[in-house]
Amino acid sequence: MTTTLTKTRRPRQAARPDSPRRSRPAARRRNWLGGLAGWLWLAVVVVPLYWTLITSLKDRSRYYASNPLVPSADPTFDNYRLVVESDFLQYFVNSVVVTAGAVIPAVLVSFMAAYAIVRGWRMRVLRAMNGLFLMGLAIPLQATVIPIYLIIIKLHLYDSLPALILPSIAFAIPLSVLVLANFIRDVPKELFDSMRVDGATEWTTLWRLAAPLTRPAVLTVSIFNALTIWNGFLLPLVLTQSPDRRTLPLALWTFQGQYGVNVPAVLAAVVLTTLPVLVLYAFGRRQLLSGLTAGFSR
Amino acid sequence: MSTLTAQQSGRRPQRSILPWLATPALLLFTGFAVVPLVGVFALSFTTWDGIGSIRLTGLTSWRAVLTDPGLPHALWVTFLVMAVSWAVQTPLSILLGTFLAGRQRYRAVLGVVYFIPLMISSAAIAIAYESLLDPNFGLGAGLKIEALSKDWLGRPGLAFGVVVFVVSWQFIPFHSLIYQGGVQQIPKSLYEAAQLDGAGRVRQFFSITLPQLKYTIITSSTLMVVGSLTFFDLIYVLTEGGPGDATRVLALDMYKRGFQASLMGPASAIAVILVLVGLALALALRRLGGRDAGASQQEGAS
Repeated sequence: MTTTLTKTRRPRQAARPDSPRRSRPAARRRNWLGGLAGWLWLAVVVVPLYWTLITSLKDRSRYYASNPLVPSADPTFDNYRLVVESDFLQYFVNSVVVTAGAVIPAVLVSFMAAYAIVRGWRMRVLRAMNGLFLMGLAIPLQATVIPIYLIIIKLHLYDSLPALILPSIAFAIPLSVLVLANFIRDVPKELFDSMRVDGATEWTTLWRLAAPLTRPAVLTVSIFNALTIWNGFLLPLVLTQSPDRRTLPLALWTFQGQYGVNVPAVLAAVVLTTLPVLVLYAFGRRQLLSGLTAGFSR
Repeated sequence: MSTLTAQQSGRRPQRSILPWLATPALLLFTGFAVVPLVGVFALSFTTWDGIGSIRLTGLTSWRAVLTDPGLPHALWVTFLVMAVSWAVQTPLSILLGTFLAGRQRYRAVLGVVYFIPLMISSAAIAIAYESLLDPNFGLGAGLKIEALSKDWLGRPGLAFGVVVFVVSWQFIPFHSLIYQGGVQQIPKSLYEAAQLDGAGRVRQFFSITLPQLKYTIITSSTLMVVGSLTFFDLIYVLTEGGPGDATRVLALDMYKRGFQASLMGPASAIAVILVLVGLALALALRRLGGRDAGASQQEGAS
């Protein structure tokens, strides 16, 4: 996803109820063009999703013969069985390992760095680091993939899951530091002072004060990074080779290459690989959406 | 007092563990992002097939890239994808963002559905669309609608259009989300004043909403334009740059030269061009903003 950005404050007001606006009579605010666009866009979004879902439940003969927008009278899960039998469990595990293995350390080190940057703003070293991370927002992953490939070969990590984890951590750091620093900055100074008076070290203050108070931000950043890494395609494409190292997006692509003519099976694979994020979306929609816009305000 | 603070600030930095706290992030970021960025510049002056040894060959790779007619073509396609998808996405995102900013409940429900494409990987989206657009067995053919059963991915102009459409399908929700936030921050008092002056809805939109969104537009456009340089997954899976090289954007050109044709030197040169174009665009758009995008947009509103 896009990680380049210009401005740093997070629009925390977005969720705030805006009572005066609500009280305005609805009739005067009618927006026909917006409403029309809104419903049309709903159709544009839903039709491909709906088609993908119902087609994945048809058997092949029915797929060729039936009306594409009418769901099959007796849905079949054979396509899903074929997908699961094609090692998708392994790919799912790989994706989980890579995502968790990258997100947890990335958020951890980013949090420590963000804390240091906020608390040690007087120190030139830390201001310079902050500048470096900000600059990092503008580095496109695609453009650095050749040297990353070289480094991974030199580290003898080619075709392994750590090969995917390490660069993923690096590219998650800039935005994470930026967003987390913004939140730590909002923790009242007096709290830090009272911790110091009590004789707490920076290390204790970090875990006992800053971490609990910024938990929503940590969650938001984690979800955003998880989504980006889970959906990543280029790194697995370039840095792995063996079938048993594939992550889901890459596996999906090779599955399509293999079963291209069996459209319902390919679409079943699409649905299966998308299911985990959709479940996550159903439960953590708010954090997901604020995660997507975290970092840029207007 | 002054001696005390001087003493404090003079003594604390050396003892502080704070720089050490930031060190792990710094090392990881430097090792796998900064070094590769510098490395790609360095590699553009070498010849390497991706497996054997790397030889320093000066400007050979650059000469090869800059004299190759493939480069202006890739630049042109990249520019077209950027410009057309910007022109399609921006008005629609503003419209939908304004729509979503309304407090009606059904709009929030629509919003939930809109954002689903953002969660799905580009690979999955590309594969689903590839099947959906199949000229013989896709949606259009199945419905027997002539206009929809074209060879979408087999003809250059159509394939380009499909890329723009799928990009918009995936990213318009994201930009609507940004605009939704922007619209919700416009002070209500401006609209009340306009209403007192007898301005209609359309007039209000063009005289208040749009100007107030200026910085939102710049932010969203920057993300769109710079982001469009890095479309790789989607185009690679959807068209592999084809048919011919109709959708071969810079990022794809880099990958194909480097990892398929084993010309890592020229591919690195293209990567450098990619970085420079991205930086130039980001700076240009910032200049367009005139000042820092964070400055208050609400002058005269209070």
